[in-house]
Amino acid sequence: MNFDFSDDQKQLRDQARKFLTEKCSPKAVRVVLDGKALYDKELWKGLAEMGFLGVAIPEEFGGAGAGHLELCVIAEEMGRANAPVPFSSTVYLAAEALLLAGSDAQKKKWLPAIASGEAIGTLALFEGKGNPSPKNVKLAAAGGVLNGVKKPVADGAIANFAVVAARTGSGGRDSDISLFLVDLRAGGVEVKNLTNLDPTRGQAEITFKDCKAEPLGAAGEGWSILTQVLDRAAVLCAFEQVGGSDRALEIGRDYALDRIAFGRQIGSFQAVKHMLADMYVSATLARSNSYYGAWALSTNASELPEAAAAARISATQAFQHCAKNNIQVHGGMGFTWEFDCHMYYRRANAMALGLGSLSYWEDQLIDRMRKKNAA
Amino acid sequence: MNFDDTPQEAAFRETARKWVASNAPKEFEQELSKSSLGRIRLAKHDIVDVGKAWQKKKAEGGWACLHWPKEYGGRGATPIERVIWQQEEGVYGKLTQPFQIGEGMCGPTVMAWGSEDAKRRHLPKLASGEEIWCQLFSEPSAGSDVAGLRTRAEKKGDSWVVNGQKIWTSGAHYSDFGLLIARTDPNVPKHKGLTMFFLDMKSPGVEVRPIKQANGMQEFNEVYFTDVVIPDSQRLGAVGEGWSVSLTTLMNERMSIGSRLATGVPEMFEFCSNLMLEDGLAIDDPAVRSKLASWAVKSSGLKYTSYRAISSLSKGERPGPENSIGKLVSGMMLQDIATYAMDLQGAAGVLTGTDEETAQGQFQQMLLSSPSMRIAGGTDEILRNIIAERVLGLPGDIRVDKDVPYNKIPTKGR
Repeated sequence: MNFDFSDDQKQLRDQARKFLTEKCSPKAVRVVLDGKALYDKELWKGLAEMGFLGVAIPEEFGGAGAGHLELCVIAEEMGRANAPVPFSSTVYLAAEALLLAGSDAQKKKWLPAIASGEAIGTLALFEGKGNPSPKNVKLAAAGGVLNGVKKPVADGAIANFAVVAARTGSGGRDSDISLFLVDLRAGGVEVKNLTNLDPTRGQAEITFKDCKAEPLGAAGEGWSILTQVLDRAAVLCAFEQVGGSDRALEIGRDYALDRIAFGRQIGSFQAVKHMLADMYVSATLARSNSYYGAWALSTNASELPEAAAAARISATQAFQHCAKNNIQVHGGMGFTWEFDCHMYYRRANAMALGLGSLSYWEDQLIDRMRKKNAA
Repeated sequence: MNFDDTPQEAAFRETARKWVASNAPKEFEQELSKSSLGRIRLAKHDIVDVGKAWQKKKAEGGWACLHWPKEYGGRGATPIERVIWQQEEGVYGKLTQPFQIGEGMCGPTVMAWGSEDAKRRHLPKLASGEEIWCQLFSEPSAGSDVAGLRTRAEKKGDSWVVNGQKIWTSGAHYSDFGLLIARTDPNVPKHKGLTMFFLDMKSPGVEVRPIKQANGMQEFNEVYFTDVVIPDSQRLGAVGEGWSVSLTTLMNERMSIGSRLATGVPEMFEFCSNLMLEDGLAIDDPAVRSKLASWAVKSSGLKYTSYRAISSLSKGERPGPENSIGKLVSGMMLQDIATYAMDLQGAAGVLTGTDEETAQGQFQQMLLSSPSMRIAGGTDEILRNIIAERVLGLPGDIRVDKDVPYNKIPTKGR
């Protein structure tokens, strides 16, 4: 059994960590946090140069042609660094949708642009409150044009193109949904940036008015493709969440070693130690579940749906737990804008909703476990 | 990343699988696979007798304590081969319960600290199950704070005379030997006045009394020592070095990777899949699903955490500290699951009979037994301290009794 990343993959992780430590300090993250930029353009460019944006994109489409395990280790580092770039929407959602369902021409047009950092992509799925469901897709596609409103769309204000879920049938069934590819810089698109929990990753409202769109994948296959895209993204996001959990735990641990109260390090009090130990437990469970997700993703195993849901739940819980208690360990200082704790708290809670809420994925996991047990 | 054996591992697995297939006591297979929550009872046989027979057979075939050197009754196998063996032994591994303390804790301590004579005399018989060992560490006033123990050993000529009381001794009533830590010098700080011994449990002055537990069962014992004589040749390590020796024992306890802890999750999943509530199956209820999902990912998280440790072993590396979370997570989970299963049973949940409507009373049993999972082998609180201090590097507790001579430490009713 070799349930671990290879030495090469670990080396890639170290390389990514070194790069991000240098180029993505908390100070750099704060430029976006404070609203002075929509994302860190320099960092995005650097990530492209390092080959990180196209790590899982095949060479024929301008990528490094490595694989999903390589992407997982980079994702972990992106989460650790709280990177203020549209990595997840572009790489986990848009690129994966193209890889799964794109025509050769579509792949040729967008994948090299993603890998080189020229194009930012996203997935336009949600329409207000609610979780992923064909019933919640109202935006209509007819005669090659889209009409409707999507929100929130992650990184919508900076994206060049979007994969849009639209209704092509009359019911709320899976087969009534199709996917479309939209150039957001063309006509018929109106984008409004929205305030959100985590300003280091924007959310937008996009209105489509008789907007020209080309189909992505076969008509009526949209929901089936989306489900696969969300499963893949769930594993990749889980690695970001694992990275974030570890970092929040480290920051809390370091503060507990540094801060003196009642004449001793606060990390010597059991109330604080036990809180940190519980954070370690959550982070460890999340990491192990995510490794299983990575294995299933990289081998395209039939276990992927269940593994992805488990990784998603475990990593969401861990990141929320670690980010929350990191603030608690800090006491009052943790509640200041100046300390970094709230950046992880914001990211953890925003990520918990991005691909569908925790309860949505809990539902998914139970359904998928039942299906397996019945088989 | 893969779950495959290396060619050598695959060959070893094949050998082990064949041996188990042609030697295991298949008549107990069904009973053993049903007893999943740490409680092993055979309807018509004593688990110790059946276990001894299986252990003896394993020893003859070279499958007992297989990671031990051959001259001490083992096979000289690698750590990963030991894990593969455990996987192949499967449900029959449950029969090894009476030997686990000997194999996992006492044996390694004798191996590390015993004389060559002692090793050759005792280890092969321990490995083959012919002699069972127990561990005599905890005392009524020294549980988590085990270094505060009171049992005295006083040197008389070439022997030691022991007086005192131990508690929570699993298997003392059927054990042949015991690993005993006792205080040999009360005038120095508590960690420095301890010495480790082993003794024949049939020695005059040893009295074993079963403890009736909160769940109504009797698995643990109190052991009383009245002027028990132990030859100095049965001392392990130097006089006053007992604490260091005990750490070998405890470290080995925590190295037992691959032994799967019960979480209660498969039982709960099955229960919820079949339980009809007023509005339909329990598993279709959103509240039930949410809880089930949270438990399921803890359980899978533990499983894959152990896989990570196994992978380290397979590469010949030392596993990281991740495995220290196992008992902490599973103990609490068992208790929570039991409580929730009974909540779903409503009024009938109070009944402890083996009726169909209460799922044969398995969750009631689990509820009553689960507190011990959170205490035995290190309480949840001690385990959190260990994670905080050894994994996260946080400072140890400030110990007010650290440099105080043992006999000057304030105490109640010494």
